[in-house]
Amino acid sequence: MSGSEWDLSARRIGAMVERYWYLLRSSWPRLLDLVYWPAVQMLMWGFLQTYVAQTDGFFARAGGTFLGAVLLWDILFRGQLGFSVSFLEEMWSRNLANLMMSPLRPVEFVIALMIMSLVRLAIGLVPVSLLAIAFFGFNLWGLGLALAAFFANLILTSWAVGIFVSGVLLRNGLGAENLAWTIMFLLLPLACVYYPVAVLPAPLQAVAWALPPTYVFEGMRALMIDHVFRADLMLWALGLNIVVFAVATVAFLALLKSARRQGSLLQTGE
Amino acid sequence: MTGTPVTDAPAIAADRLVKIYKSGAAVAGVTFSLPQGSVTGLLGGNGAGKTTTIAMIMGLVMPTSGTIRVLGAEMPRQRYRVLHRMNFESPYVEMPLRLTVRQNLTVFSRLYGVEDIAGRIARLAEELDLVALLDRPTGKLSSGQKTRVALAKALLNRPEVLLLDEPTASLDPDTADWIRARLERYRATRGATILLASHNMGEVERLCDRVIIMKRGVIENDGTPAALLAHYGRSTLEEVFLDVARGRSEAREAAQ
Repeated sequence: MSGSEWDLSARRIGAMVERYWYLLRSSWPRLLDLVYWPAVQMLMWGFLQTYVAQTDGFFARAGGTFLGAVLLWDILFRGQLGFSVSFLEEMWSRNLANLMMSPLRPVEFVIALMIMSLVRLAIGLVPVSLLAIAFFGFNLWGLGLALAAFFANLILTSWAVGIFVSGVLLRNGLGAENLAWTIMFLLLPLACVYYPVAVLPAPLQAVAWALPPTYVFEGMRALMIDHVFRADLMLWALGLNIVVFAVATVAFLALLKSARRQGSLLQTGE
Repeated sequence: MTGTPVTDAPAIAADRLVKIYKSGAAVAGVTFSLPQGSVTGLLGGNGAGKTTTIAMIMGLVMPTSGTIRVLGAEMPRQRYRVLHRMNFESPYVEMPLRLTVRQNLTVFSRLYGVEDIAGRIARLAEELDLVALLDRPTGKLSSGQKTRVALAKALLNRPEVLLLDEPTASLDPDTADWIRARLERYRATRGATILLASHNMGEVERLCDRVIIMKRGVIENDGTPAALLAHYGRSTLEEVFLDVARGRSEAREAAQ
């Protein structure tokens, strides 16, 4: 067995995925929770869109943008939450020291959390996307390759945020738990999920264009309203995501090192 | 699994180890060396620096200065060279409560690279009387049963270095005695190096061939149980511990 921090093992990553899968499987409320909020949100925005489409010509033309935004927002939000909640499970169960003194590498831990974020997202969003077809005739899957581009960019952002939040939790313990639940809402107004960037005041537009999800939501509106797939927007999002992901990874490793200095890996409570 | 290397190098070597937190020095210059195959008790009252010392040995806490080497690897910098040859058990660290005992042990077996996982778990379950508990959720077990599961986890990879932080805390005397017997057997069969932090002096007298007493982050005394009893003129380690904790040893030395 080699001793490098970067000597990654599929077996150890698989062990962590198996651990989270056992946990999900053991609790039906946990499984239900993955579907419940996305379904409620989709229904609420779906009915709202149905209402405004009856009264306004623009919304009639722009059919599906609200529902599309809701479902894409859920990829972003639930992707990060899926990552962070799996991490929090280790702190809630006081298991973190067991893992940190095992041969599990931090990067393997992060990869397992990414995989679980995809698993949790699939459990939540696949049924909800099918409900959207049944209730409102909105077929997210009909976006085809564009959906793949939207999804890849959103999930990269959600992982980057999840990695950063995990670092903060390692360093500061469960006192920082609220960050895991709320940090993504900072992006909700700034990434222009439900409205175009042009609505924002000029200084905030600059902030919005610095955020990868903004390009995805603009791209989604371009596709649904103007029926144009903006590959340029997706490439910008990808470029920014690479930067954000690298910064989050460096921050995570620095926060982990700081946690070792401060002794916070032993005391992960509040 | 890697076998125990035949070498005279110490299993654990701390050299002028210091850990300073914002609140003050937890460990203030500790030097010791534990030969392979030894069982050492780490004693001291609350705040003596035992847990911080063990955490530095495990690579969970980075020393402020000084060095700590485990099986020749400097911790925490070279920890991945040796973590698969170590393990630990503490009542203050738990395993996921919703997972069954078997699931938890399977996950940790994979993390430690254990071969023949099912066979290893079956053998440990037999040795630690866990067979009937294997498919129960860990959270549904009594504290004594959880301690046995934690010990099974600590022995999964047949560690050459085993760190135990109060392994029998909050257990009834019968279960505690039972755990000690298993540790004695493991030491005898594996030849492992064991470092044991405990408040239970009977446990230390029974298991350890050497005792390190810490107080306020430094080593107050270090020797065999017999040597310590002779040094302090006491008949039990309990009395020695109380002398050290209450400062009577310093008063006696000052009087002499």
